Amino acid sequence: MTKTRLISLLLALVMLISCTTLLAGCGGGDNQIVIYNWGQYMSDGSDGSEDLIARFEEETGYDVVLRFYESNEELYGLLTSGAIQCDLVIPSDYMIARLIEEGYLDKIDYANIPNYKYIMDAYKGMAYDPTDAYSVPYTWGTTCLIYNTKMVKEAPTSWNALWDTDYKGNVLMFRNSRDAFAIALQKLGYSINTTNETELRAAAAELRTLKANWQGLVMDETFEKMEGNNAAMAPYYAGDFITMQEVNPDLDYVHPVEGVNIFVDAMCVPTGARNKAGAEAFINYMLEPEIGKINIEYIAYSTPNSAVYDLLDAETKNNPAMYPAEDVLAKAEAFSHWPEETNKLVSELWLEVTNG
Amino acid sequence: MKTKKLSVPYLLWLAIFVVVPLVFVVYFAFQGKNGFSFENYVTAAKYLPTLGKSLVYALESTLVCLLLAYPTAYIFSRMRTDRQKTMLLLIMLPMWMNFLLRIYSLTIILEKNGLVNKIFGLFGLGPFNMMNTDGAVLLGMVYNFLPFMILPLYSVMSKINGRLLEASADLGASALTTLRRVVFPLSFPGIVTGIIMVFIPAASTFVISQRLGDGSMLIGDLIETFFIGAYTNFGVGSAISLVLMVLMLIFIGVLNLFDNEDVGDMLI
Repeated sequence: MTKTRLISLLLALVMLISCTTLLAGCGGGDNQIVIYNWGQYMSDGSDGSEDLIARFEEETGYDVVLRFYESNEELYGLLTSGAIQCDLVIPSDYMIARLIEEGYLDKIDYANIPNYKYIMDAYKGMAYDPTDAYSVPYTWGTTCLIYNTKMVKEAPTSWNALWDTDYKGNVLMFRNSRDAFAIALQKLGYSINTTNETELRAAAAELRTLKANWQGLVMDETFEKMEGNNAAMAPYYAGDFITMQEVNPDLDYVHPVEGVNIFVDAMCVPTGARNKAGAEAFINYMLEPEIGKINIEYIAYSTPNSAVYDLLDAETKNNPAMYPAEDVLAKAEAFSHWPEETNKLVSELWLEVTNG
Repeated sequence: MKTKKLSVPYLLWLAIFVVVPLVFVVYFAFQGKNGFSFENYVTAAKYLPTLGKSLVYALESTLVCLLLAYPTAYIFSRMRTDRQKTMLLLIMLPMWMNFLLRIYSLTIILEKNGLVNKIFGLFGLGPFNMMNTDGAVLLGMVYNFLPFMILPLYSVMSKINGRLLEASADLGASALTTLRRVVFPLSFPGIVTGIIMVFIPAASTFVISQRLGDGSMLIGDLIETFFIGAYTNFGVGSAISLVLMVLMLIFIGVLNLFDNEDVGDMLI
């Protein structure tokens, strides 16, 4: 009897504590900066990288909390549900446009970010934020087709290679509708921002065909799959290709002839941020040439920061995966924000593909 | 009086994490563009095949779990007491790890150049295509839910008095007859609880199919996309969840008909 009473007392205590810590978790001091970022997208001490966060905390006395999301859509869900308290996010171009339009981002006070002067003109006044009021470019890059030279009969040059039935069960595909549709649309020669229903339905049909060919839908599993020779081809981000090739030298990449997606990820402050000044101090810190160099060398994406670019070694500067030639950039297309009805149509079509 | 006070945190917990979310789900499920409507269910009907597929997966994994767990639990229950404890600990041990990590580790084992294929390779066999298949999803589900079948079965079987088995043998029953006419009826409540504890999480599982499957969705993944994503639709997501919940309640009700013991009590 006493034993049962003791156990129920303990259980009651555990529940009480978990309830209260849950509420307490929402607090946090004035010093706290909550950052929502992509995984493996900042030199934060993981994987033997230099811990820039700890350095920032030491220099400024702020307390940084890092949290992660897997896709722009997930971040959108988090921000719009109001479920999270957060001071800094790093979404991509088209999502920034949507967040601005719907009022989820706050204007940045550039007086707090003197290092903004380093941002290259090419990344100012972008279509997603024409007045540069809401976003400070963090990185940019392109998608590309990564392939294993030992597993393909000839080096692919086109997105069509993914549909080649010789590679049945050996190709991978993005597990997010926006990137997946972009590839199908480019294969068909359409704009990746088309709102034309016929074109989008044609792209969905292409993806249904591709389903018979693909091994599975992946995001960051691409690393493990390509590094371990478990798949022959995968569309992914060019910056990640560099990381994969360091592990598996048999990997190579191509910017397919139809064109690729060029993306810019930028640092933004959500409306209702509790510590806007802290977030701006952090943005300024990430733009410092030396810090930016350490960061960009770890995450291996391309930098929009002229001072950081100047500090890079010649090998990186001349690496066409990271800084592609003019003709590739000329054909590269950036995502723009789809209107609500197109978003609805595409997500329905995507569900038809994945549930078919 | 004292016990009542102790139950306050539990009731609070129940209210915040069970009752309130349930009210939201019911509200969203019947909320159309112009107030109360069934339009979410019309949309949800499109995904009936996905629901069917999920239920088939859940049935298959429950069956495999039962076939694996029944002899395991029986053997455990007939061991020396100290061994029983060790064995139970070994069954529980993997559950101390987060289930996501266990699914990730399965991918490394099942890949084309994974552990299993490397071992087969030593004998000149393979490589077999195991990853991103229906079989991989089933394996992932069985691997994850097997302890939930073993534990209730063991807890019932360990209470079967060994003298009953001796008596049965004494009276001339073969081992098979003893199993059929003594062990099986006495362990029946454990079977029912085990089936409930595996089937319900298996039917609504997500992530497993995303990570191990071929890119097709199960009903759990589908519900997830309606709540997180570029175009969320809480109404349809809630409608599907509600349908799934009602199906599960019917399922538990039907199983209870087969069993006189109070399964509901065991479940809670």
